[in-house]
Amino acid sequence: MTTAHKTDVIIIGAGPVGLFAVFELGLLDMKAHLIDILDRPGGQCAELYPEKPIYDIPALPVVSGHELTERLMEQIKPFNPVFHFSQMAEQVEKTEHGLRVTTDAGTVIEAKALVIAAGGGSFMPKKPPIKGIEVYEGKSVFYAVRKRDAFKGRHLVIAGGGDSALDWTLNLQPVAKSITLLHRRDDFRAAPHSVQQMRDLVSAGKLKLVISNLTGVAGNDNGQLSHVTVTNADKTTSDIPCDMLLAFYGLTMKLGPLGAICEKLGVEMKDGLIPVDTEKFETMVPGIFAIGDINWYPGKLKLILSGFHEAALMAQRTFRYVYPERKWRFEYTTSSSNLQEKLGVK
Amino acid sequence: MMLHVIDRDGKEHDLEAIEGWRVMEIIRDYAMTDASLAIKAECGGSLSCGTCHVYVDPAWLPKLAPPTDEETDRLAESAFELEDNSRLSCQILMSDKLDGLKVTIAPGTEP
Ligand SMILES: Cc1cc2nc3c(=O)[nH]c(=O)nc-3n(C[C@H](O)[C@H](O)[C@H](O)COP(=O)(O)OP(=O)(O)OC[C@H]3O[C@@H](n4cnc5c(N)ncnc54)[C@H](O)[C@@H]3O)c2cc1C
Ligand code: FES
Repeated sequence: MTTAHKTDVIIIGAGPVGLFAVFELGLLDMKAHLIDILDRPGGQCAELYPEKPIYDIPALPVVSGHELTERLMEQIKPFNPVFHFSQMAEQVEKTEHGLRVTTDAGTVIEAKALVIAAGGGSFMPKKPPIKGIEVYEGKSVFYAVRKRDAFKGRHLVIAGGGDSALDWTLNLQPVAKSITLLHRRDDFRAAPHSVQQMRDLVSAGKLKLVISNLTGVAGNDNGQLSHVTVTNADKTTSDIPCDMLLAFYGLTMKLGPLGAICEKLGVEMKDGLIPVDTEKFETMVPGIFAIGDINWYPGKLKLILSGFHEAALMAQRTFRYVYPERKWRFEYTTSSSNLQEKLGVK
Repeated sequence: MMLHVIDRDGKEHDLEAIEGWRVMEIIRDYAMTDASLAIKAECGGSLSCGTCHVYVDPAWLPKLAPPTDEETDRLAESAFELEDNSRLSCQILMSDKLDGLKVTIAPGTEP
């Protein structure tokens, strides 16, 4: 077994609320590890609206999703949070002294308390609504690349027109037997230099580009694809023979493993949300907290502002689990030299 | 002011629309009490998800303001099973002119 990381608090979700929780925990001397399936911090702000303005963050008349994330990262820097990105928190067990979280990448973290800041759920690949595609998923149809080697010597169809589709087309082109890039229109939103590289490969005859809609998949009962079917603008269809399909249609939020995690821990869920009390934002299970968009209580508003407040109250209670022997003390960052030292400004 | 919405099972619902609301918002409002109208609309109308995709009844198409480039791009990038009458319902604002508008919820918008 891999050796476990040890910390005070584990936070599932590195959205704005998970990030600010690091700050509130840090002021009370608690260290945190964060897990997020995204490859970067910011949650919805980073994935859904990085360039859009937010107008209701107190004292910031306007800030973009990206900028808010950057600022939070700067604010929590003194507390050295440890991030485990591109990993799904998959299992949580109670231990003698707290909890143990295991990710799908095999990372194991142990802590005294768990904060679920999972927002609207995990960001997961969008699946095309094609009949019968489930049979092939994980065998010859994939929505992400885990092992590049799996595509070695294969005839591949890559569907999509964004950065992921283009990056993987360029990355896998040298190892795959053949690649057909399939996109709905001859216009790519990816980085211009990737688009240029892709076009060069097409001109050199090393890559096939098909402008059409993916509408069907076919193969055998064991999940091995034989071809995909595309439907053109004039409604004619054609088949593209292939061994594997990689489809990149962006991400969407799904509850993911959280449902099973909560069930196992005895944390009740209500319509995909976790009920908490409004004093400590703790779930029905002591030591497990839920803050931000994932929680529910009477009057709940899914606002970043509310999540920040929830993080502050959560931290006061978490302190008692992490330092049962210490006396809790209320201080202002303005006037406490103790807090200022922690923030590295003293 | 009425909005007619055909759900994924082909059933038509007559919704009381509110002037100035987006079609997506009206559908979502009714979906709170009728799950057959549930629509993901994940980005809340900021044109970044494509999960509010609807087909507009062809008779109504000419009455709508044409899609912006941003909407056309988003449809092409993120929506599934595009048709000529595909639109993003977060970009259609209800007004007198659209009283009686009829749309069908498209696949790929399930919550
Ligand atoms: C278009 C749009 C505009 C908005 N505008 C505003 C606004 O103006 N003002 C405002 O206050 N709010 C706004 N919001 C809402 C705001 O973005 C959310 O309230 C906020 O993002 C919630 O933060 P969070 O940290 O709780 O969750 P999220 O931001 O959803 O982050 C949760 C993170 O947890 C990860 N995760 C979940 N489960 C797992 C798991 N099992 N393993 C690994 N990772 C996991 C997810 O991948 C995600 O990154 C807007 C939202 C949208 C979509
Ligand atoms: S709600 Fe996301 S594009 Fe309309």
